[in-house]
Amino acid sequence: MALKTETMVLNMGPQHPSTHGVLRLELEIEGELIVNVKPHLGYLHRCFEKHAEAMQYNQVIPYTDRMDYLASMGNNFGYVLAVEKLLGIQVPERVEYIRVIMAELQRIASHCVALGTNGADIGALTPFLYLFRDREYILSIIEETCGARMLYNYMWVGGLSHDIHPNFVRRTKEFTSYFKNTIVELDNLLTYNKIFIERTANIGVLPAETAINYGATGPMLRGSGIKFDLRKDDTYSIYNRFDFDIPVGQGLQGTVGDSWDRYYVRVREMEQSLRIIEQAIDQIPEGDVHSAIPKRIKPPKGTVYSRVENPRGELGYFIISDGNTNPFRVKVRAPSFVNLEILGELCKGHLIADVIAILGSIDIVLGEVDR
Amino acid sequence: MKTAEEIFEILKNELGEIILSIDKDTPTEPIISVEPLKIHIVSKFLRDNSELQFDSLMCLSGVDDANGKKVKDNEGYDVIEGGTLSVYYHLYSTVLKHKITLKVSAPREDAKVESVENVWKCADWHEREAYDMIGIKFLNHPDLRRILMPYDWEENSHPLRKDFKVPEFYQGMKIPY
Repeated sequence: MALKTETMVLNMGPQHPSTHGVLRLELEIEGELIVNVKPHLGYLHRCFEKHAEAMQYNQVIPYTDRMDYLASMGNNFGYVLAVEKLLGIQVPERVEYIRVIMAELQRIASHCVALGTNGADIGALTPFLYLFRDREYILSIIEETCGARMLYNYMWVGGLSHDIHPNFVRRTKEFTSYFKNTIVELDNLLTYNKIFIERTANIGVLPAETAINYGATGPMLRGSGIKFDLRKDDTYSIYNRFDFDIPVGQGLQGTVGDSWDRYYVRVREMEQSLRIIEQAIDQIPEGDVHSAIPKRIKPPKGTVYSRVENPRGELGYFIISDGNTNPFRVKVRAPSFVNLEILGELCKGHLIADVIAILGSIDIVLGEVDR
Repeated sequence: MKTAEEIFEILKNELGEIILSIDKDTPTEPIISVEPLKIHIVSKFLRDNSELQFDSLMCLSGVDDANGKKVKDNEGYDVIEGGTLSVYYHLYSTVLKHKITLKVSAPREDAKVESVENVWKCADWHEREAYDMIGIKFLNHPDLRRILMPYDWEENSHPLRKDFKVPEFYQGMKIPY
């Protein structure tokens, strides 16, 4: 007679250190193997979208900071672009350049956290500390200009809250030359570390077709070998003026689309962001960053869907205007929310310890998942 | 790459009646309206047709149109009667690089829309969110539960409705605390 086996349910979270916030996973396991993963969300839900309906258009911006709090500049950027599209505003060149530089600095800072925590979750604590040190460098540059480390409220509809600090250009240049060493260091410490490769290569393989069908974007999609980046494919602001590559996963250590590929894409993306910053920083034209800010924001009736490439993927804002000073409806398509949906698919058949490696490689921010 | 008008023509020729209209009077992109209980056929056609190839659903948003008439309920609160709830679908083709926006509207009292979960997998959580926040029921959805609000939140209480009333108590706790 065959042995009777049955699955067991194990609860992970919401206060688990490697779930990057308050995410609860209900794991159905058979021995050490994952049969099914059921994520439970909503622990950080504060209904941003309802708040937005009660605010004027410019008052919504600080709320967007608090969604993906590791990439607030990107959130501001997406929102102001959507409202500007609705209003038909053209912002001054100087504003465009500063916005792009800020968004790219933020992308590096955000990837620093993503890569660091991905390593720290599976036991590599040193690179985590190095990356946080350098993230702090970026945050201090940004802080000097806009006065806040994380929640900036820096990009306004039609302009910026402040012009850049006199030190900004010099310090950003210092940073870009300094940070290249960090990437080399990171490659030596973590990227090609044998233990790290063993833990991530061939783990959580995401085939390209599944990725598209699940709506995965950002490093998630590019890790699966698809060259798709909104900065190039659906270009916005002035990204078409810069020369940069889109790194994709090639399966260098295992299969295309595994956790290591997603990690690797982020590392190479930081280099590309440095390239963009280096090109943009010398070209910032003179001008007034406040000149195009409208006194009163009252867009015409209509809808707009506008998307930007955030560090975690496609951040979309769907705004409906009914011709008032408050938005009628703001819906946010958060990249982490959509990317997290694949978790169950990726974890099937892997070990419990691999769930941590996979979750780290998806790189979620719960503030954005739950909004 | 096709414009929204061309896509509308193709849809109208192939699927006929169930494609209702195209609204070009928007500042950005035109919106194609579809019957709520036929959205699955339309989605499948949009995905599988070789000229269109909409393989990616960018965003699915539930919206309370608040176009009914306002009345007072017995406790003196404003509630909306009649009118519609809508779902907007923003589609994109990663192959052909074109976009389209679809819209379905269902009556507020009994809003039922076909699920497109098995056409685009990412619709799963988006639809759960629309159900949770607005109260639109998606037919044939495999697992239509609340997603952001607690599972034991009062049934028929959906926060993003325009006439949402904050309950006094949740599980014996006073709101606002």
